[in-house]
Amino acid sequence: MDKLILINILIMGGVAATAALVLYFVSRRFRVEPDEIAEKIAAVLPQANCGGCGCAGCADFASTCSKADEESFAKLYCPVGGAKVMSKVAAIKGYAAADKKPSVAVLRCQGTCTNAPAKIVYDAVSSCRIANQISVGSSGCPNGCLHLGDCVKVCRFGALSFDEKTQMPVIDISKCTSCGACVKACPRGLFEIRELSAKGSLLYVACRNTQKGALARKNCSKACIGCQKCAKLNPEITVENNLSVIPQTIDAKEWGAQLSENCPSGAIIYREKINA
Amino acid sequence: MPKTYTFPMGGIHVDKHKITSDSSIEFAGLPEFVTIPVKQHIGAPSKIIVNKGDKVKVGTLLADFDGVVSSDVHSSVSGEIVKMEATPNANGYYETMITIKVEGDEWEKSIDRSPEVVRDINYTAEEIVQKIRESGIVGMGGAGFPTPIKTTIPEGKKAEILIINGIECEPFLTADDRLMQECAEQIIMGARVLNRALGIQNAVIAIDENKPKAIAELQRLSKLYVGVNVRVCRTKYPQGGEKQLIRAITGKEIPSGKLPIDVGCVVQNAGTTFAVYEAVLKNKPLFERIITVSGNACTNPANYRVRVGTPVSYLIEKTKTDISDVEKVVLGGPMMGTSITNIDAPTTKLTSGVLLLKGKEFGKKYQTNCIRCGKCATVCPAGLRPFAIKDAVLYNGGVAELKELHAMDCIECGCCAYSCPAHLPLLDYCKLAKQELRKK
Repeated sequence: MDKLILINILIMGGVAATAALVLYFVSRRFRVEPDEIAEKIAAVLPQANCGGCGCAGCADFASTCSKADEESFAKLYCPVGGAKVMSKVAAIKGYAAADKKPSVAVLRCQGTCTNAPAKIVYDAVSSCRIANQISVGSSGCPNGCLHLGDCVKVCRFGALSFDEKTQMPVIDISKCTSCGACVKACPRGLFEIRELSAKGSLLYVACRNTQKGALARKNCSKACIGCQKCAKLNPEITVENNLSVIPQTIDAKEWGAQLSENCPSGAIIYREKINA
Repeated sequence: MPKTYTFPMGGIHVDKHKITSDSSIEFAGLPEFVTIPVKQHIGAPSKIIVNKGDKVKVGTLLADFDGVVSSDVHSSVSGEIVKMEATPNANGYYETMITIKVEGDEWEKSIDRSPEVVRDINYTAEEIVQKIRESGIVGMGGAGFPTPIKTTIPEGKKAEILIINGIECEPFLTADDRLMQECAEQIIMGARVLNRALGIQNAVIAIDENKPKAIAELQRLSKLYVGVNVRVCRTKYPQGGEKQLIRAITGKEIPSGKLPIDVGCVVQNAGTTFAVYEAVLKNKPLFERIITVSGNACTNPANYRVRVGTPVSYLIEKTKTDISDVEKVVLGGPMMGTSITNIDAPTTKLTSGVLLLKGKEFGKKYQTNCIRCGKCATVCPAGLRPFAIKDAVLYNGGVAELKELHAMDCIECGCCAYSCPAHLPLLDYCKLAKQELRKK
């Protein structure tokens, strides 16, 4: 009986010792050095895992940052954390932080029920991506909002909500982190990431319609008709394909009020003092 | 009972609604204006060669083919070109179209307008392909693939059999059915012309069971022509799909991503074959086609011979239907066609039917969740799993997953959406998946 126990202990002990030896050598051979810098960077990141930076998630972004040299590091930016987080990351790496102004997503369409009345009844699938393929949309504007809310579904920060009255998405700027998920989701590219000016104001063209003035106006009363009035006021503004383009270099605070009042269709929107 | 042919996998039986199969083809007449899109085919838009204010005759070349995959566009009426700009199409999107104000009905002199059937083919294969190209013929079954490309055999491959697709498996549509009843001999001559172009001797005309008159007519005539056979196929949707038809007639299956020519088959629609006959032997470019105007909201359903560019609203008026009574206007068949948003849009070379629908049967149904019954996979004639494609495309499955599911092999027949007990729009998801794959 004692002999049996002894044999058992010897066999089991032998197996355990061999396995331990194998595991020891394998772990030595395939050892992964922990990336301390990446771990440190990951600790300061917002951990939203939104993918707004272009990486798969926050961990991926941290390891990309840690591997980056000075030149490629300047191109990396966490839109959710903004300048605050990036300065911390830069301090860990020992590089200079990329200088970027805070930005938010803006909706470049005003095709609400009243501005762009519905002409057809759309009763197919409730998805903008599909609706964009099969029909021009209820208002008839080929560039306007489809009112089906794909953007609201992808926002992970609760910054987008759907207004039942106007049938349009509404951006809560205080919650928007400018991750860019809505920009990718909208099949008509109605969202744009705009930088806030130094004093926290915002200036943009809330229209994407590239049709000629009369056609654009037929479908929506707030459409940009490409009248060149804004371009005459400020030579930096250009009109391409019947659509006004306001570059980021124009100071919103200085020109905003003047430009938005001057626009005959009300397509240029100016908003003051946004605390982002 | 003679042998009937069919494909083994999937397919459904739909209500036929073939109310117009006994009403003969009438000329729809000339509208005041016609609007002719410069892109009525798969591929590059054609290059406009006329100017605003030009006078054109019926059959005058308006736009020349541009690139390899493209097609010519001809005038369908005589008159003056008044507009050449972006005009809303059936979906409401804007595309370049040529608007012509109709004045009289003067045809180009080269077109042979006599009713006699020409029975002599004095052309070589190259001449035939050239004539087909100059006549702007595209696949009239709905896909709109330029026919000259299909009739040119790529190097290293060999055509063994020509199949004339006389199967109109979509409900309501009877355009090809009527054409086969009234112009059977012309279709057979068209098949002979295509035979000559492909360098083969035999042609098979496939018709489904529910067209007894067309079968009788073609069987009678086929005895007079050596090498032309009529095969009767079972009435099942989508029997008229190119891949399904080849499987039924020859027993060969086309591998994923391959073309019919890879298994030695060339399939042409009956309407296209008729157009080839008219183009090669009558010098008549493709500017008119047969359109079925039907549907349960249509008061006088009929088959019309319609000039390309005639507005849909003109055809609706022609049937004396009260438009306020119609809930849905569909171009094409109810299974694969699209519900349109703009009834002033023009009909094109590809419009096989205008359906005026109303009622519960054709409306939106209450959607519930997928219960994983697998019905869509059972009826899919391509052997796909539409429910999995839906999940992959909805929840960002990515291109790799869509490729693994072979979403590109979807023939967009709509069997999955038709049979789904949860009324999920599976076809729309499959189309979206294909679009995502094409983007990458």
